[in-house]
Amino acid sequence: MCRSILAAIILALASPLPAFQIQEETVFEVDKKAGALRIISTADIDLFAPIIKSFQVQNPMIEVHYIGVTSTEIMTAITQENEAFDVVISSAMDLQIKLANDGYAAPHFSAASDRVPGWGKWRDSVFAFTQEHAAIVLSLDAFQGLDLPKTRQALITILRENPDRFRNRVGTYDIRESGLGYLFATQDARTSEVFWRLSEVFGQVGTQLYCCSSEMIDDVSAGDIAVAYNVLGSYATARADIADKIHIIQPEDFTTLMMRSALLPVNAPNTEGAGLFMDHLLTLAWSAPRSADFPFPNGTTDETANSAKLRPIRMGPGLLVFLDRFKRDQFLNAWEATILQN
Amino acid sequence: MTSPASLRRRLATQLIGSAAILAAVLILLFLSFSRQIAQNSQDNILLASATSILENISVRNDEIVVDIPYSAFSMLGSVSNDRVFYRIDNDDELLTGYSDLPRPDIQAATNAFATRSYLDADIRTVSALKVIAVNQRIETVIVTIAQTQEGLTDQLNALFKQALGIGVGFFIISSILAIIAVNRVFRPLQDLATSVSGRGPNDLEPFNTAVPDEMVPLVHALNSFTGRLDRSLSRSEDFITEAAHRVRTPLATVRTQAEVFLRRVRQDNNRTTLKDMIRAIDESSRAAGQLIDQAMVNLRTDVLDRKEVNLGECIVDAVQRLQPIASLRDIDLKLAPMDVHFAHIDPILIQNAITNIVDNAIKYSPPETEISVQIISESDKIIIRILDQGPGFCQDDPRTLLGRFVRGQSSTDKIGSGLGLTIANDVFIAHGGGLRLYNRQEGTGACVEAFLPR
Repeated sequence: MCRSILAAIILALASPLPAFQIQEETVFEVDKKAGALRIISTADIDLFAPIIKSFQVQNPMIEVHYIGVTSTEIMTAITQENEAFDVVISSAMDLQIKLANDGYAAPHFSAASDRVPGWGKWRDSVFAFTQEHAAIVLSLDAFQGLDLPKTRQALITILRENPDRFRNRVGTYDIRESGLGYLFATQDARTSEVFWRLSEVFGQVGTQLYCCSSEMIDDVSAGDIAVAYNVLGSYATARADIADKIHIIQPEDFTTLMMRSALLPVNAPNTEGAGLFMDHLLTLAWSAPRSADFPFPNGTTDETANSAKLRPIRMGPGLLVFLDRFKRDQFLNAWEATILQN
Repeated sequence: MTSPASLRRRLATQLIGSAAILAAVLILLFLSFSRQIAQNSQDNILLASATSILENISVRNDEIVVDIPYSAFSMLGSVSNDRVFYRIDNDDELLTGYSDLPRPDIQAATNAFATRSYLDADIRTVSALKVIAVNQRIETVIVTIAQTQEGLTDQLNALFKQALGIGVGFFIISSILAIIAVNRVFRPLQDLATSVSGRGPNDLEPFNTAVPDEMVPLVHALNSFTGRLDRSLSRSEDFITEAAHRVRTPLATVRTQAEVFLRRVRQDNNRTTLKDMIRAIDESSRAAGQLIDQAMVNLRTDVLDRKEVNLGECIVDAVQRLQPIASLRDIDLKLAPMDVHFAHIDPILIQNAITNIVDNAIKYSPPETEISVQIISESDKIIIRILDQGPGFCQDDPRTLLGRFVRGQSSTDKIGSGLGLTIANDVFIAHGGGLRLYNRQEGTGACVEAFLPR
């Protein structure tokens, strides 16, 4: 559904700030209900369900409503429509930081929050619970007979040398829609000029734009596209069913490392339940070894530490910069000029 | 202030009080400086952030374009976890940022800082401006950066603890130095006091030790006082000696004449009267002697003139002087073998005490009995034991005899003043020992034990 580039552009131009709509709401019911918890999240429900189920094993009276949305919709829901949620989970770190900076997040202190190292939380309000790579996913079919690239530069070279093979078979986030895509793109641009060269090449061969990692991965495995750039590595790794069709790259020039994070809104109706859920989530996330109930690469699984190629996105007010209206406009203009050149 | 109790304490209190005040001032100064420095450093980084944004303001197609550098905010985040707000205005028109963020008043070409309240938090704001030409018009762009002050507060709390530590440390060190200084100042005074109290009873020489200027008048006064005391003491010693002679000599004369007269008188009632007279004279003479002894003992016990002497020899000497009186009454004075016991005593006083005890024993013993004197050495004391075969003490509690002018019940026909045992007791108490009186268990007789600590 996100593949129709034209439609997306028209939609974006027509209503630059789409009103918040519940896309999908999943209810995890309980036998004896003594309270409800509303979680708004960008994570795929299939991936997140085990965490909620293990939470309900410990708290069998709490009904959980899981509302899956995009990160931009979270901002709209909370800052403009004053919707009440108990837990906000998002992969868009910049938006989470902005919520905390602008006073929408309540600080949370507990034994579980103490487990989170200083770099994994901000103002005791935003807590990271994963560390995930921005990966490049390749279709093994499409690359038959070619060396698999290990860096962005190698990818550029391959795309330039085989323009016909890859014509319109490159995919990446539509960063105008996806908060995470925007975050990855801005961090890439900040880290290296190679991002713009890559975008230039993407524009030349023709790029499909997506809203979500999972759809990009699906299309790579189906052979619709050959390259998916800046995909959540965790989603790709989790797909055992297509492991023989795809190849996941953590680029060796640099790999952006994103932290999925959770926060508790100040207007949460069920603060006690929200606190319990946060503690449950953080305990799972920051325990070694990783629990079977926790589907993400957790904070303590580290190949991550001390690797020169890894560029973790640092939590802090720096992330607010690319949310500035001017900055965003300029960045999107430059991006559109390169990616959408055809 | 008004209490004259101790100069040293007063001085120490004042010095320590000053140290406390100084420490408090130090803490306050330190805090005020550190608050200034902390605020300055926050202001500096805010200004640096604002400046870096100003440098990235340009004009493109007659539009003002603001390109906030990533470092503008990340530099704020590297110092503390404080929240960051900003707004960028073209004069009074908001270009980007938080539209309700309060702005400090800014004059042209300067920066303005202010502490305000925003979103329920205290914030520090800085505004900086830049004038640019847009389409031949002059436009002013004002960048306002704000940051909450939680990091600053944490920093100041930490600094406050440090300041407190420094202040308390300063106070303790100054107090110790003050106490040392006070002790040093008062040491000459103490030295003088020690040398005064350490002097022998007869040493009334002037003090010639070097003293600080402030103490010179005191030493002068002390010397003049000891001088007067010296003269006064020698006068009273003279007086005692004089009195002894003045009383004793005429008494002796009267007694001799009374005895001569007694031999001539035949009438019984006259003889009785004369005998009574002689007895009274004896009593007076003895009392005079003992009063002089007592005066002497009082004078000497205040400051003992201790020497290392052989106690045995000293006692033998005293007892042998009483041999003639004992022989007159057919009393056998038996001296047990005296080992050599060196003791640190005032020999004149000890001899006087022993004389009084033995004299007392002679007086109360019937003729043809025996008085023995022994020295017993124990681990912690030396005991001098005087045993007689007389009637013993009749009191229920013989200790009452140690009081001044108290006499035993068997003494009605004896000459005495009731001072003998009192004098002996005073002497031994002055030496740190004492006197113990009891009746002998085997046979009759009294026992007086005098003991000296080793």
